Amino acid sequence: MQFAHLYKFAAPAAFYPLAGRLIPWFWGLAALFGAIGLWLGLFVAPADFQQGQGYRIIFVHVGASWMSMFLYVVMAFWAAIGLAFNTRLSGMMASALAPTGALFAFISLWTGAFWGKPMWGAWWVWDARLTSELFLFFLYIGFIALTRAIDDPRRADRAGAVLALAGVINIPIIYFSVKWWNTLHQGASVSLTKSPSMAAVMLWGMLFCALAMWMYAIAISLIRARGIILERERHADWVKALLTEAAGGH
Amino acid sequence: MLRVIGSVVARDLRLAWRRPADAYSVLFFFMLVASLFPLGVGPETEVLRRLAPGVIWVGALLATMLSLPRMFAEDFHDGALEQLALTPYPLGLLVLGKTLAHWLVSGLPLALIAPLLGLQFDLPPDALAMLAFSTLVGAPTLSGIGAIGAALTLGLRGGGVLLSLLVLPLYIPVLIFGAGAVDASIAGTGAQAHLFLLAALTVGALAFAPWAAAAALRIALE
Repeated sequence: MQFAHLYKFAAPAAFYPLAGRLIPWFWGLAALFGAIGLWLGLFVAPADFQQGQGYRIIFVHVGASWMSMFLYVVMAFWAAIGLAFNTRLSGMMASALAPTGALFAFISLWTGAFWGKPMWGAWWVWDARLTSELFLFFLYIGFIALTRAIDDPRRADRAGAVLALAGVINIPIIYFSVKWWNTLHQGASVSLTKSPSMAAVMLWGMLFCALAMWMYAIAISLIRARGIILERERHADWVKALLTEAAGGH
Repeated sequence: MLRVIGSVVARDLRLAWRRPADAYSVLFFFMLVASLFPLGVGPETEVLRRLAPGVIWVGALLATMLSLPRMFAEDFHDGALEQLALTPYPLGLLVLGKTLAHWLVSGLPLALIAPLLGLQFDLPPDALAMLAFSTLVGAPTLSGIGAIGAALTLGLRGGGVLLSLLVLPLYIPVLIFGAGAVDASIAGTGAQAHLFLLAALTVGALAFAPWAAAAALRIALE
């Protein structure tokens, strides 16, 4: 295997310094993409002819929604790897991703409410997307609550992995059933699906903001994963060596 | 293989039969929850008839959830679960047996009593029959998905609240199609599509959920 040497980073002792080296790069990319995206979104993009300036919340909202869905899949991916190959790091990655995913789901709901108020005159409507996003948020909370409730970290990881996989199988079912429910119950009210043709510059702004959030998610998850590694491996020799070195070599 | 499942079902039914209070309390909880709603929203029959399918289905969901922790807890504490896991049969099959037993002990009585609650909400006869039928078809899904949650929270502190947090979001499709079937029957649009989807969920849940629950049990038993 050509990439066989990459597998060594599955060991926390090898991953820890690698993550430490990568984090500044992802912060840098997040800042760069964020600056471009916000500049395009706030200064270059014209005001919408229907929604005025209010639509600009889209630059935060859409990226956050995308990331909240994407991170759950990533989390389930690590969970599956962890269950299949019994690697310690996978479970740590899943636990490190969950709070960020929940945060993005929350931001998506919150900005959605702020957007909804001026556009539809209501903070909340039981639209299919909003409802699914809300339950995605609950799925994240359930994952976090379950993994925090189990003291033994290995058991916590594997139980969380089973839950994440059950969740990721269920998400499409939930989404489509909610969508169906919505079309049955909501006759002629707001439709989110017919998206007005979007100016290219808005789309670019949105994409750069989403990229910035992606890079942020990677950076912050790596930081959290490093914290989890230190906590769980605190009895390992390399952690002791690292910490005594950091404390001034005593 | 059927004999293995059958003996697990028979054992769990016998255990439930010897402690009938457990099953009754779930039923009475169901009736109580459904009876609270008219007090909360007022006794106008129009409103109640409109609310009935959703209220009764949500009540059934909550009642099922309350009965879930008992699914594995006692076997876990007296060591029977470990013995089951050591048998040469696949643990998934044994969990399927326990899921079916749970359905017989909790889902079936809920389905039988649901029309009675429907009467209190002034539902027409067709809707009453549909209420019973949709609960009957949907309940195995609740037991199946619930088994995963029950296995994951086995022996944890605050297991009950945690269980609801894990399981209720996964119950949404059942609620939508179950209550939707009754709604459709009231509206006269035909409940067939809802029932088919409900049955599909049940078949899927019975096929896959026991294996996920078995994996979760093995984690808990380690």
